[in-house]
Amino acid sequence: MTPFTTLSGIAAPLLADNIDTDAIIPSREIKNTGRTGLAEGMFAPWRYTQGREPNPDFVLNQPAYAGAKILAGGSNFGCGSSREHAVWALAEYGIRCVIAPSFAPIFAANCIRNGLLPLVLPRDGVEAVAGHMVAIDLAAQTLTCEGVTHSFPIEEEARDMLLEGLDVIDLTLKSRSAIAAWTRADRAERPWIYL
Amino acid sequence: MSLTLIDKIWDRHVVATTAAGADLVAIDRVFLHERTGAAALKSMAVSGRTLADPARVFAVMDHIVDTRIGRGDQTLMEGGQAFITETRAAAKAAGITLFDVTDPDQGITHVISPELGIVLPGCTLVAPDSHTCTQGALGAMAWGIGASEAEHAMATGVLRLPRPKTMRVRFEGALAPGVTAKDMALALIATHGAGGGAGHAVEFAGSAVTALDIEGRMTLCNMATEFSAMSAIIAPDETTFAYLAGRRYAPADFNDPYWQTLRSDDGAVFDREILIDAAAIAPMVSWGTSPEHAMPIDGVIPHGPQRAHDYIALAAGERIEGTPIDVAFIGSCTNARLSDLRRAAALLKGRHVAPTLRKAMVVPGSSAVKRAAEAEGLDKIFEAAGFEWRMSGCSLCFFAGGESFPPGSRSISSTNRNFEGRQGPGIRTHIASPEVVAASAIAGAIADPRKLAPTPIAAQAQA
Repeated sequence: MTPFTTLSGIAAPLLADNIDTDAIIPSREIKNTGRTGLAEGMFAPWRYTQGREPNPDFVLNQPAYAGAKILAGGSNFGCGSSREHAVWALAEYGIRCVIAPSFAPIFAANCIRNGLLPLVLPRDGVEAVAGHMVAIDLAAQTLTCEGVTHSFPIEEEARDMLLEGLDVIDLTLKSRSAIAAWTRADRAERPWIYL
Repeated sequence: MSLTLIDKIWDRHVVATTAAGADLVAIDRVFLHERTGAAALKSMAVSGRTLADPARVFAVMDHIVDTRIGRGDQTLMEGGQAFITETRAAAKAAGITLFDVTDPDQGITHVISPELGIVLPGCTLVAPDSHTCTQGALGAMAWGIGASEAEHAMATGVLRLPRPKTMRVRFEGALAPGVTAKDMALALIATHGAGGGAGHAVEFAGSAVTALDIEGRMTLCNMATEFSAMSAIIAPDETTFAYLAGRRYAPADFNDPYWQTLRSDDGAVFDREILIDAAAIAPMVSWGTSPEHAMPIDGVIPHGPQRAHDYIALAAGERIEGTPIDVAFIGSCTNARLSDLRRAAALLKGRHVAPTLRKAMVVPGSSAVKRAAEAEGLDKIFEAAGFEWRMSGCSLCFFAGGESFPPGSRSISSTNRNFEGRQGPGIRTHIASPEVVAASAIAGAIADPRKLAPTPIAAQAQA
């Protein structure tokens, strides 16, 4: 996984609340069982006209935001289906960070697993940076925009995973013996769990 | 020290705590479906990883499997068949239990897992499906994850997680006639927002919750993801143990004192508490494009985001009752269990859907539900009323590129999501209880089920 350390760019404004994963990648745009080929379907309902021409009203189709790596969204961003394809689509398109007042929990976890930073700012902070150039420093947990520096929270574990681009499964497998010991003890106490 | 049920289950499953403060939480059960299961299993195989314990991993075909009678691996969705065949191959290679397309136990994940006793009180269960929280109704800690986390859980037997904050939502008092668990969930989300549960695992409690049967409890917990909660749970009680005893993967009896410990202690402190007067809840229906855009069916549409009003083509200040509909759908992991079908059938018996309807459809939540419904003649009631009777699957809960309707069509649906395009491009979805769907199908317009006298349907032996 590509480590996430610092990132600078324009924050494309997409400020509606409750942007769901059906909007980010509709079910019908998931055409194979892999993790690729999804960028084209990203935001398809908003990004294209009925004839699948680029919709000039959609933010990423506007010259100022073409190729943006950062999105500024509303609260509860990524709600709805747990489909990780939403994050795979964003990442394949080139989005590395979404700034929002809050995220749906599964979407936020999916972001961390794919090197994409879910950056939480208060609503007025998101509104202040939307449409502007921002500079993000994950280690310092800061976002700077127009000379103003905002701090943002992130779980330490998630921050470390992003910073180091760790393969989290390998990391967990280092605890293999602790997991095996726990399982042996648990098997004696809750035999019905073990089929 | 007084503990919440959520904390008790969490503590029981913590294998270790990382330097950064996350917990390695043991995962007792993983459930996959064909939409994401093949991706997770194939990715594991490619990276040369094996499953920690294949016996505790299950898979089913539910998301894009066809629901027309006589189905096989073909689906209406373009390319859909590959999801089925690749999941089948990957499940076989991984040595996990698969409930295949034609298996008598096939059905929607969150319907069959309780039916088979795969989910158990006090266990942790994850699936790459956001409605996995449904299964918290059995007293389990169950939640939705992504495909990468499914891979992690299968390879390691644990997940790395921050401990969630806890919230208790108490529904006190008795529900009025015609009001159900679906209305409780929509009332909660309408009042506290689609993001209202963010960062929290929720315990549902109170007299109106304990009065629910297991199927109603599943409907309530199912909608917790629409509240942005990490998970939802209801403390197991005699109703729970009676439901599970004797099911295939469950212990035969629940007499061990252990099971009685699975409840929040008196005096347990939650990070947040919400109290709701259950008696004040009316049948609910969504008016907009988020589950938080829900309202009492006899009310006036409130002011919401303009975009939602534009999409759904309903203005603030209008009554929602009487809004003409094109499609009626009863199905999904929210409301397609036997009791849901019985209650809808009680309203449809001796009546017929409006001739203006383009389609009325009922899709049982599992093959077992389908057989049980047929044994008591519900299929005949639905068909006589003008509903199509289908095989089980997720079906029109969402649009996978198969069946849909022209843009602008209006659907009343017993499902969980009314997002833009959820049931197809431009489709306007109103979510509600099966009762509201049935009453609306009859009227050809959004209708209040309390105005129809039901014909009692005799409950027979459950599947």
